[in-house]
Amino acid sequence: MSSYLSIENVSVTFQRAGVVSDVLRSISLAIEQGEYVSIIGHSGCGKSTLLNVVGGLVAPVSGGVILDRREVAGPGPERAIVFQNHSLLPWLSCYENVRLAVDKVFGRTKSRAERHDWTMHNLQLVQMTHAAAKRPGEISGGMKQRVGIARALAMEPKVLLLDEPFGALDALTRASLQEAVSEIHARVGCTILMITHDVDEAVFLSDRIVMMTNGPAAIIGEILDIVLPRPRCRVAMLEEPRFNQYRQKVLDFLYSRHAARAA
Amino acid sequence: MTVLAAVKSDALPEVASQSSAAIVKLPQPKRRPGRHPAFAGQVLASVVPPLLVITLILIVWQIACGDPASLFPGPLSIWEQSRELIVDPFFNRGGVDKGLFWHVSTSLSRVAIGFSMAALAGVLLGVWIGANKWALRAFDPVFQVLRTVPPLAWLPISLALFREAQPSALFVIFITSIWPVIINTAVGIRNLPQDYLNVGRVLRLSSAEMFFRIMAPAATPYIFTGLRIGIGMSWLAIVASEMLLGGVGIGFFIWDQYNASRISDIIVALIWVGLVGYALDRFVALLGRFASRGTAAS
Ligand SMILES: Nc1ncnc2c1ncn2[C@@H]1O[C@H](COP(=O)(O)OP(=O)(O)OP(=O)(O)O)[C@@H](O)[C@H]1O
Ligand SMILES: [Mg+2]
Repeated sequence: MSSYLSIENVSVTFQRAGVVSDVLRSISLAIEQGEYVSIIGHSGCGKSTLLNVVGGLVAPVSGGVILDRREVAGPGPERAIVFQNHSLLPWLSCYENVRLAVDKVFGRTKSRAERHDWTMHNLQLVQMTHAAAKRPGEISGGMKQRVGIARALAMEPKVLLLDEPFGALDALTRASLQEAVSEIHARVGCTILMITHDVDEAVFLSDRIVMMTNGPAAIIGEILDIVLPRPRCRVAMLEEPRFNQYRQKVLDFLYSRHAARAA
Repeated sequence: MTVLAAVKSDALPEVASQSSAAIVKLPQPKRRPGRHPAFAGQVLASVVPPLLVITLILIVWQIACGDPASLFPGPLSIWEQSRELIVDPFFNRGGVDKGLFWHVSTSLSRVAIGFSMAALAGVLLGVWIGANKWALRAFDPVFQVLRTVPPLAWLPISLALFREAQPSALFVIFITSIWPVIINTAVGIRNLPQDYLNVGRVLRLSSAEMFFRIMAPAATPYIFTGLRIGIGMSWLAIVASEMLLGGVGIGFFIWDQYNASRISDIIVALIWVGLVGYALDRFVALLGRFASRGTAAS
């Protein structure tokens, strides 16, 4: 095992009111440096749980996560998370939200001026410098998510964890954010693990798609390699036969072989 | 005052144009930005009704108690009997014979000291209790019971403990106003969104940073709810306990005037008590709104 990020035999169970429920059963996954991996699966199958195990927010009952030859124990800025609902601190401006992370991670290694520049640089990456002084309550959902991404990028993480980062956005905003993330991935070259519900999004952005079976006790059902040249153009993709084949495969997995049970 | 002046100058031309058919110069349309009349209208709408009600109360009161033989003075006789007290709150002839400003400021300084201590201790305790599931479970019933004890019921204990008026008064303020602060702070900490804590955990904030950067700001609206209830109770407590403690303060003034059978002075003092209590409440509310600008908006 010499992968950059390896998830090894991770099992998670939750106990609530005495009832023990198996959520993840013996999940293993190896991710290389700079890779963009998406996890897709039906709601409630345990995607967030898996991401939180990598993030260190949830401790697995067995197995573990190794990142860059170190075992993960607890959360840390080298595994920055972009949460499903942005979770910016509403009493801080966009700038201050990012700056908090920058100060914490680079407080010892960068000077004040450098930290300011680094904060602005990351806001620049997501095109949010114009709203730096605004509070999260004053900007749109898409803008909040951009700032959330900037905050995560500013930690210079070894791996960026995205939990349905575009889930709550309208289609147009989502498309433009996908392009932003894709561009940042190309520019910064970070390793990304992303959860999504959206098949097109997964195919468009990823190098590999991990498809999870339904819970309880979810496992990895199938892994699909996406061999498409980068940078990928959304319009050109529509005429790319491989793009449609990949979509078909994922859709087939999700809706024919592992259809969501009636909820 | 400037607001009222603006209201008048705005309203006048309209009244004039209605009341006479003579040629009246209409106000020039571009004289003010369009928002002003609406704003003036709002001020008018919020100032006129209370003024009307107050006038009405005064009239009814005067009719009911206007008889010189009446036991309770009407507004006009209060004005006659207590004119000095009303028009000059700042006179000082030594002893108890002072303007109401001095009495109120003595009481306010006690509230300031006692309530600051309660606020500080209440927030710290509230944070500790809110952060500990077991502490909350264990202490909550105790607090819920203690918070219903009326301020004056603490006074005998307080006097027994401290023997002197000043510390006893402070203690009564402290002990009556601390409970809502503790309880609300604890609830605020309890209700912290897990997401905010996760942000702090990912950044590996120290416990102090976690407290000052995440927990305190997130709980600010709750804390200020507690402070606002607390300051109201402090004011209740001080006025009541000064009546029994004697010496100085607005509460004592009221008691003293009662002993001298000067009902009209008492009524003037009561109006002061009400206005100051209202001002305290608004002050803390405003402070709270300022301190929790972003938090409340989300
Ligand atoms: N803290 C917890 N305690 C108990 N059960 C939990 C906890 N967190 C999650 N679960 C359960 O674990 C299962 C997986 O949850 P998870 O949030 O990982 O799903 P998900 O795949 O991210 O779903 P979605 O796509 O809707 O976000 C669910 O059945 C959920 O009820
Ligand atoms: Mg989820």
